[in-house]
Amino acid sequence: MALTKEQIAKRIAQELQDGFYVNLGIGIPTLVANYIPEGIEVELQSENGLLGMGPFPITGEEDADLINAGKQTITTLAGSVFFDSAMSFGMIRAGKVDLTVLGAMEVADNGDIANWKVPGKMVKGMGGAMDLVASAKNIIVAMQHTDKAGNSKLLKSCSLPITGRACVKKIVSDLGVFDITENGFVCIEHAPGVSIEEIKAKTAGRLSIHASIKEMNV
Amino acid sequence: MSLHKVVANAEEAIKGIQSGQTLLLGGFGLCGIPENCITALVKKGVDQLTCISNNAGVDDFGIGLLLQTKQVKKMIASYVGENDEFERQLLSGELEVELIPQGTLATRCMAAGYGIPAIYTPAGVGTEVADGKEVRNFKGKDYLLEYAFDADYAIVKAWKGDTKGNLIFKDTARNFNPLMAMAGKITIAEVEHLVEAGSLDPNDIHTPGIYVNYIFQGEAYEKRIEKRTVRN
Repeated sequence: MALTKEQIAKRIAQELQDGFYVNLGIGIPTLVANYIPEGIEVELQSENGLLGMGPFPITGEEDADLINAGKQTITTLAGSVFFDSAMSFGMIRAGKVDLTVLGAMEVADNGDIANWKVPGKMVKGMGGAMDLVASAKNIIVAMQHTDKAGNSKLLKSCSLPITGRACVKKIVSDLGVFDITENGFVCIEHAPGVSIEEIKAKTAGRLSIHASIKEMNV
Repeated sequence: MSLHKVVANAEEAIKGIQSGQTLLLGGFGLCGIPENCITALVKKGVDQLTCISNNAGVDDFGIGLLLQTKQVKKMIASYVGENDEFERQLLSGELEVELIPQGTLATRCMAAGYGIPAIYTPAGVGTEVADGKEVRNFKGKDYLLEYAFDADYAIVKAWKGDTKGNLIFKDTARNFNPLMAMAGKITIAEVEHLVEAGSLDPNDIHTPGIYVNYIFQGEAYEKRIEKRTVRN
């Protein structure tokens, strides 16, 4: 069975390390905050100007002046700090953020990512994604392995306008976990009940299967 | 610059804005936007504006109001996904749009306010954002040359301000506001609370009044929440 969005988020949360500063993108990445492993402390950076992002507020405590990069109402935690947008991207460009998790429409087997534009159809903009992928030390992409028509989104090269070149290090899709290496996608884990044959059939880019592939623990 | 910065209201503050000018507008989504000045711009009817702002509001609030009345010729933003009228004008070719990375947008404001003509940033290297731009390699990595904004006016929203134009922002409503305040040739600040100079602790001030030309206390702030999200 392909993973749910929550399971993808839960698997990505296993990549968190104690003391990490983490930027979570909109969509599945936001859910990662719900699965931070016990005993691990991470600090969430929201690129609209907050470090130390807390959970959503309880009803009645929403504050229009306190939102995340997805424009949702949020809260602060002990030790939170606000800053302007230039400093926010300053800390991103300066490599102070340890891990960036974001969604993608397509990823190529050299680590190129496309997630901001579908020419003639969707023109929403890149927001902070181009800054993040150009500077992040470690980028994990959370995505569906195929589009609604069943076409692979893990490609030899992106067909959509790219957001950044050769920057993605790891993908967690609904079918498995993939490292991106010189040899393309390397499948290191498969989702429970998903066969290697299915992963091969649904991956258009160069793919190899790690010798000690295991089942994802989600 | 005049030291007499306090004006009565938004209409007076934006009096000098002409059709065809370039405006920097503070805010992220609907958070920290200059509501009073946007309303006044709609009323004044200036058009052919170039608006530089992270987003374009929603259909019936924020910069969306200026789009509905077709006062905007060109929009420079990083993310515009929340506005149907925007998308319609863009796809029909009525509206010129330049999408740029959010960090680039912020830093081009910062550069203008710091008197620096251009910056190098890695954001957009190898993408269509890099088309026609100078690329320079530093220590093995490519960077794009991006110019400081050159805008006629900056319009920002602060939480508190004093009669000397010093500003304090609240929470994530800070976002682009202090950067744009520094970047305008003329800067207008609307604030929720306008106090006498001396009432604010100088240690707490985010934007020194030297960057602000006009300041007024806004009224009837709606402060609309774009995506009310709770955990219960």
